[in-house]
Amino acid sequence: MADDLFKALADPTRRTILDELTEKSGQTLFEICSRLSMKHRLGISRQAVSQHLALLEAAGLVETRREGRYKFHDLNTAPLRRITERWPTPAPSEPEKSTP
Amino acid sequence: MKIHLTSVFVDDQDKAEHFYTEILGFVKKHDVPLGEEARWLTVIAPDEPDGTELLLEPAGHPAVKPYRDALVKDGIPLAQFAVADVEAEYERLRALGVRFTQEPLAMGPVTTAVFDDTCGNLIQLATRPR
Repeated sequence: MADDLFKALADPTRRTILDELTEKSGQTLFEICSRLSMKHRLGISRQAVSQHLALLEAAGLVETRREGRYKFHDLNTAPLRRITERWPTPAPSEPEKSTP
Repeated sequence: MKIHLTSVFVDDQDKAEHFYTEILGFVKKHDVPLGEEARWLTVIAPDEPDGTELLLEPAGHPAVKPYRDALVKDGIPLAQFAVADVEAEYERLRALGVRFTQEPLAMGPVTTAVFDDTCGNLIQLATRPR
């Protein structure tokens, strides 16, 4: 499961998809493709975007839901918590000790 | 060569006539009975009486349903209409109960939005790039 997560995050296009879903959750495949091509000048096919979404979905970072005749993609960042649980980060309030 | 007529398949021509004229604001241009309850039904933009006609064509052919269902599932619009202000048109249509699958989205020189025409199609609204 962790391997799926790191594999999903390893690709810049997939990270861009996550960025766009952060801006607005609940997008159709068409909207995601439009954002990648118009905002990011990424000339990739719809099939390729579908494959990227499938990998993100396998990692649990993207969830799909059918609403009537439409299909929307939602962001779920909960799996990212497992990274901080594996390698705990210091609490933000804790001042970093400067090395002498 | 000019684009004189283009078409969308509609589930029900009466319903389509209502939606395309009363809700969207197009004007009916031709309405010719063709037998078997089918009509040659076209609409135009109110400020362009000689502009491109949109034919509201019955969606009875068996190939139409799987084709349109697959497009709607992925959110792909079948036609694009130009408006001066996508945001304003989005608010106006939403107040009339129109379902949008994509809210207004500014992408460089163009703003777009996508709605369901209630006749089986998704339609894209766009500003003309200047």
